[in-house]
Amino acid sequence: MMNWPIAVPEIVLSVCGMAILVFGVLRRQGSALICTMLCLGAFLLTAMLMLSTASGIGYSGLFVVDPFSTFSKLLILSGSVITLILSLDYNRTHLIDRFEFPVLVLFATVGMMVMASATNLMTLYLALELQSLAIYVLAAFARDDARSSEAGLKYFVLSSLSFGLLLYGISLVYGFTGTMEFARLAHALTDPATATAGLVVGVVFVVTGLAFKISAAPFHMWTPDVYEGAPTPVTAFMSTAPKVAAVVLLLRTMATPFGHLLVQWQQLIVLVAIVSMIWGTLAAISQENIKRMMAYSTIGHIGYALIGLAAGTPAGIRGVLIYMVIYVFMNAGCFAVIIAMRRRGRALEQISDLAGLGRTDPILAMGMVIFMFSMAGIPPLAGFFGKLYVFLAAVQAGLWTLAIIGVLTSVAGAFYYLRIIKVMYFDAGGEAFDPRPPSISLVAAASGVFTVFFFVFPAPILSAAQAAAGVLFG
Amino acid sequence: MAAVGLGHYLAVAAILLVLGVFGIFLNRKNVIIIMMSIELILLSVNLNLVAFSAALGDLVGQVFAMFVLTVAAAEAAIGLAIVLTYFRNRGSIEVEDVNLMKG
Repeated sequence: MMNWPIAVPEIVLSVCGMAILVFGVLRRQGSALICTMLCLGAFLLTAMLMLSTASGIGYSGLFVVDPFSTFSKLLILSGSVITLILSLDYNRTHLIDRFEFPVLVLFATVGMMVMASATNLMTLYLALELQSLAIYVLAAFARDDARSSEAGLKYFVLSSLSFGLLLYGISLVYGFTGTMEFARLAHALTDPATATAGLVVGVVFVVTGLAFKISAAPFHMWTPDVYEGAPTPVTAFMSTAPKVAAVVLLLRTMATPFGHLLVQWQQLIVLVAIVSMIWGTLAAISQENIKRMMAYSTIGHIGYALIGLAAGTPAGIRGVLIYMVIYVFMNAGCFAVIIAMRRRGRALEQISDLAGLGRTDPILAMGMVIFMFSMAGIPPLAGFFGKLYVFLAAVQAGLWTLAIIGVLTSVAGAFYYLRIIKVMYFDAGGEAFDPRPPSISLVAAASGVFTVFFFVFPAPILSAAQAAAGVLFG
Repeated sequence: MAAVGLGHYLAVAAILLVLGVFGIFLNRKNVIIIMMSIELILLSVNLNLVAFSAALGDLVGQVFAMFVLTVAAAEAAIGLAIVLTYFRNRGSIEVEDVNLMKG
């Protein structure tokens, strides 16, 4: 049961990472740009290898490749590629263009890809830890900036705590079932009535640990501080690829080993989804810092995505996957605009700094309008469809309350998204931003095109998500 | 004198976990104490894993405990490095001073 070739993409990517690290160390000065390009090449190579990897289980049931994992990994890779492109210019102007940055992003990506393939609680933990260790360093990457160090410190402490809870949960699950393999756990837990109290406590701890990672309320307290303090490309990274990976991991963990315990964890997920949606919306309204606002917006979006998981059906899982695709691209676009907010080389973060953008840079302002409308869920932009599919799944599963709260909070959430548009077009503004670097414009344009034209040609993503969701709850 | 059974180990591990969590949240002094609390939590997990592994007659728990030990070392290294950069920037590692960002 070795079947080692199924992990070739991950193996190739980590070998590339180590090679690029050695290359960077040997060249010392000025290798950031080359290393970033090499990492982008490594990502492309991995994506191609992944598309040609056959499905199957390998490494004695530790690792699986199926349409679900491939779908998630492609999305994760896109998130990482976008991050590297966004970081090119930002890191140079902020004097943090060291070659370790792309390498750390690459290793975090390896961790996330393994997360998408984990079918054993041990693989789950090690992959999650690989991802997190790299991101701790990335959050504190601007080492001469007190806020970045503080963000790294806060992220480290709270994330380690969540790992403790997750591990404690894993140990209880292992103790009360005698196995860590997802397939054997699912087999042992076929009858929900036999679930012991210890096991249910273990599952609750595991859900809590994972909820920290996806920054779902009430376990979100690290998110705003870390998003605000970390360098902006790192914030963009944290809000895209690792969120996708953690959500995907949560989906697989809940659906495969604990799928039969649906009645036990459904209430928990419903509660977390409701709290995330409400808190994400309310707290975002009063924010003045745009990165902080994006943090609360992330919390809200995670709440919407969890609605699909709470439904506990393949349609719900499909909804979550579609939501995550759309979320990654509109978020990437938003962060491209935030990175472009710069006057005389100094990054600006206040929402009020956007004032007058409609006049000084109409194209960038138009992009921001698209992303904000999409996040608010206004048709026909992509964000609307993301919400539509999860709400539909919830209604089909009879979770009316959840769907209604979701609709209400997205109406309330429109307030703070529309406020940004108001600031850009109707407030008296300062001088123009610095000229946009091409890399930022590229990301903003690509995300904008995706967000606007998703409804014209959604079939490939819908059918891929359908196939991926069919694997779980299958 | 009763024999020490699985329940005793689990009780000790649970107490260690609670101590660790309280150490993180109630501590107002020093970031290093937080890192010690994190280690305490990880050790409680290890105790749990090894106790279950022995009770079940299954080696997986012990293998996992080895992984947790290894990763905890890496995590402590990275944590200390971050604390170091933090200290260089702020000149203090008092928990009460970790407050540049709020709201």
